[in-house]
Amino acid sequence: MSRTHAEVPADMTVPETQPPRRSRAKVFDAWLNLPGGLITCTLILFALGLLLYMSVRVNDGQIIGSAFSLDNLWSALTDPLTRLVLLRSIVLSAIVTLATVVLAFPVAYFLAFRAGRWRHLLLFLVTLPFWTSYLLRVFAWKIVLAYNGVLNSALMQLGMIDAPLNGLLNTPSTVVVTLAHAYAAFAVLPLYICLQGLPKNLFEAAADLGAKPHQGFFRVVLPLSVPGILSAALVVFVPTVGDYVTPALVGGPNSSMIGTLIQAQFGKANDWPAGAALAVISMIAIAIVVVAARWIITRWSTRT
Amino acid sequence: MNRYLTRHWLVVYVAAYLVFLYLPTLLIPVFSFNDSIAPAFPLKGFTLQWYQSLMDDPRLRNAALNSLMVASLAAAIATAAGCLIAYADLRRSSPLARGISLLARLPILLPGVVLGIALLVGVNLIGPGPSLGAIVVGHVCFCLPTTVVVMRSRFAAFPRSLEDAAMDLGADEWTTFRRVALPLALPGLVSAFMLAFITSFDEFIVAFFLVGTEPTLPIYIWSQLRFPKQLPSVMALGTVILVVSVILAALAEHLRRRGTRSSANSIMK
Repeated sequence: MSRTHAEVPADMTVPETQPPRRSRAKVFDAWLNLPGGLITCTLILFALGLLLYMSVRVNDGQIIGSAFSLDNLWSALTDPLTRLVLLRSIVLSAIVTLATVVLAFPVAYFLAFRAGRWRHLLLFLVTLPFWTSYLLRVFAWKIVLAYNGVLNSALMQLGMIDAPLNGLLNTPSTVVVTLAHAYAAFAVLPLYICLQGLPKNLFEAAADLGAKPHQGFFRVVLPLSVPGILSAALVVFVPTVGDYVTPALVGGPNSSMIGTLIQAQFGKANDWPAGAALAVISMIAIAIVVVAARWIITRWSTRT
Repeated sequence: MNRYLTRHWLVVYVAAYLVFLYLPTLLIPVFSFNDSIAPAFPLKGFTLQWYQSLMDDPRLRNAALNSLMVASLAAAIATAAGCLIAYADLRRSSPLARGISLLARLPILLPGVVLGIALLVGVNLIGPGPSLGAIVVGHVCFCLPTTVVVMRSRFAAFPRSLEDAAMDLGADEWTTFRRVALPLALPGLVSAFMLAFITSFDEFIVAFFLVGTEPTLPIYIWSQLRFPKQLPSVMALGTVILVVSVILAALAEHLRRRGTRSSANSIMK
């Protein structure tokens, strides 16, 4: 804080009744920090702390109780079903994240370097689905892939199949496709912003020094876009791990994800401590995956 | 043709990507005018009856109003708080301000389901339990990372020396903030509010845990998705939402282009 130059005239001109500038600045800072501090501490920190507290409670139907145990956390870790579902959530979300980022990268590249006067229109078109209902975007896939749905009826109409194809819906791969579609726009934006900020003369320099286009891409563009790739992966991965809407709508019985289990504990099963324990464990799992992915990608990109 | 493909494969790819992005969504309006309950080809005939049934549904109107209210309130609170947090972090950075700013962005790392149940436990302990107010609280947390990120990038986009000049000329901190920083940050405030508003208006996962007796629009849609008979009406509703969103998005785009900075700079950075 170097405000000293501002204090000199203030001390000379301000009448003595007014509080000195430094303490007034302190009051201003306090007011400035108050709303944010209130929200982050009372809502975010408090709620997360409560969740942690809940996860070590015995399910006796109360929020503040006296009985504690680590059974919830322990059984969530050891129960084979929970482990399977947690693993499935992470694997499915990782596939979704990979697919979303890989599919979005060329679009972001085109937007940043090639789109020219089409850039604004394209950017608008890519972000527009972001403005439509998420539930309906997911639900549209159910209409498309249902047994008597759009795809089957269209294919039959065209004479390409005789009987409706079974098994388009209610598989884990349906969940992957649907999630990849629903989160597409989220991946394009961070990638585009990162690519757009890269200095263009680097590519010219690479070309001048004899790099072929693919060399220029893999050894200049790609390593420099790692921050964009990481933030795109983050905004896709985290919400998809906890998603329970897509598995419920298009996933069928064999693709329930960790969000489905947590939701069931807070709904039908009515065992809040068990649900809180699942939530705590999935948060830890997410943190581990995010940190590991960051470490691997950063190492890989600094080596090339 | 073949040479065109190899030379312009990127253009072809982007076009295919847009088709993938839009095809399933665009089926919703098509079937909302179809005179049949089952969404399948061949189309049966044109009808407006599903839109008629929307108009006659008071629960829908109620849910839409609730959503408007929740989204306006949550977006306003999240934008105001996000603005102050970003300003404190970037311009008057103390360890406290930086810590708050970091904490405010933490929900990016929390899946909606975790935030939802954490707040559900919270509002049951202190507040009135699940209600519209609880959803507002949940959406403030959910939108706060976005608004903080947008406002930080906005405050970073103009030099601090403008505010230093105001202070040198005798303005106090409050006047500098109100008369210099806020007007300069206005485009950021607008886009932060709009982003937060859309996010909240469309948010289902957090709201599902915090909803009481009064549903928001996504909760209402979810409750209707279970009944196959309601399907065409839901698609009509989806079409209305789609059209309104397109108009709003186009309007926002138009406003943004009249502004000075490019949208990408102010949306996320």
